[in-house]
Amino acid sequence: MAVNTYNRGLHRWSLVLAFCTLLLVVAGGMVTSRDAGLSVPDWPLSYGKLMPPMEGGIFYEHGHRMIATTVGMFTIVSLVWIWIVEKRQWMKWLGVAALVAVITQGVLGGLTVLLLLPWWISSSHASLAQLFFSTTVAIALFTSDWWLRGAKTVTEKATAPIRGISLVASICVLCQLALGAAARHKAIGSIYHICGSPIVTSVILWVVLRVLLHYADNRELRLGALTLITITFCQVFLGIAAYMTRIAYADSVQPMPLMVTFTVFHVAVGALTMAASVSLAILVRRNVETA
Amino acid sequence: MRKLTLKRPLALLPLALFLVLLLAACGGGPKTETQPQASLPEAQVDPATAGSVTGKVLFTGTAPVMPVIDMSSNPQCERQHKTPAKAETVIVNSNGTLRNVYVWIKSGLAPAKWPTPTEPAKLDQNGCMYAPRVQGVMEDQAFEILNSDPVNHNVHAECERNAAWNESQPPRAEHKFKKFASEEVLFPVTCSVHPWMRAYVGVSPHPFFFVTGDDGTFVLKGVPPGTYTIEAVHEKYGRKEGKVTVAPSGTASIEFSYGS
Ligand SMILES: [Cu+2]
Repeated sequence: MAVNTYNRGLHRWSLVLAFCTLLLVVAGGMVTSRDAGLSVPDWPLSYGKLMPPMEGGIFYEHGHRMIATTVGMFTIVSLVWIWIVEKRQWMKWLGVAALVAVITQGVLGGLTVLLLLPWWISSSHASLAQLFFSTTVAIALFTSDWWLRGAKTVTEKATAPIRGISLVASICVLCQLALGAAARHKAIGSIYHICGSPIVTSVILWVVLRVLLHYADNRELRLGALTLITITFCQVFLGIAAYMTRIAYADSVQPMPLMVTFTVFHVAVGALTMAASVSLAILVRRNVETA
Repeated sequence: MRKLTLKRPLALLPLALFLVLLLAACGGGPKTETQPQASLPEAQVDPATAGSVTGKVLFTGTAPVMPVIDMSSNPQCERQHKTPAKAETVIVNSNGTLRNVYVWIKSGLAPAKWPTPTEPAKLDQNGCMYAPRVQGVMEDQAFEILNSDPVNHNVHAECERNAAWNESQPPRAEHKFKKFASEEVLFPVTCSVHPWMRAYVGVSPHPFFFVTGDDGTFVLKGVPPGTYTIEAVHEKYGRKEGKVTVAPSGTASIEFSYGS
């Protein structure tokens, strides 16, 4: 197997892609929070044009489409770049998976508009967005200099297994995000998402504490765990804020700015929580060897 | 190749999620649309005995204060209002009655095919507000939609028993002509370009419906003698009903009362 060398250009490009994807998640969250999803009834064109007047809700919906198109093109560039410079076969396929995900995402977005926002397409669109963002973060991780310099492995302690539960945490976060998406698209009450939050937070806390208590010598794991727990606490605070503003403005005739702000931040930091938990699971599986 | 093993379970996540969502969606099932019955007899009303139902819709308690609509997201909408437009969710008239209540004969009429009016019902978009806020149409009556604004609107009929649709209507675009085949009281019509825009439409199989105006009264004319359930529907305060008996050539009256 040929040795992969660090490619600074590809790594930086991957960071750009991840950052743009986060912006795209924010833009998508704005569409839902501003109730703008149906402001452009046609797809793939907008009012039969490439560039409709950006008034009212059209600004959010068409703006989301423009950022999405950019991210789609950036993903194609990433894929081509990966196939040129990467020697790791699985990286090439990860690039393909990213492109398939972003195309699926575009089609889901178009379909949900044409079918008048059926909750299950809108929720899938919102959940796949989170997975796609995690994928872009993983690509940035895998192309980084310190990743390619190799792992400092430790052996999994029999008294404190970590490989399995780090993955469980990621799955819990994904489920919680899916519940949040379903609540946002009015398929279920927000009570499920609210009840899920202490459970997911506990699982994350459990994993993070286990890393910090038993594997803190490993710098990668320590940083990964601290990042995850910091983001998670922000996320819980934002969730409470989003819920309280929602109650305060329950009677409003149009989306209120404070409610939109907290909710969209909650969506974006949800994406970061997911990415951080996936990253930690990846780092654990790389750095902790089974005994 | 240990790294391969870490990715397989992660790659399965989207797939698993889709399966779950798809299964849930199948559980929801498609909405069935009721077909109008073509075999119904023509409705016959004897003008010599036809009566009417009259009444008013009262509002008790303090009228809620309607907020000013923030139209800053589309200045062209804002410019059309000399004084800022207020929300129209609840409009209490000066005589203590409630405006924009849809009142109709919910049941009691013999099943019949009532003649469809030849005039279309009209919904205008003016100053990024719908006019009228609430209206009734008959099944299969033409429903004409105008855009008097210099801006783009989308028109989303959020029907449940009829087929829902969402279409764009740019400035100076042709009028839209729509029809609703099935009884449905009331459904919202909304615009997502301007999320404050909201109208309500009630589709009735017969002509006995009325929307209260600035005096809060209603009158249903030409009603054949009989006993009927009259229903009042308000977008925020919901449904109320009562029974009336219309004697030959008589006038039955009924009052509804809403409160905050
Ligand atoms: Cu509009």
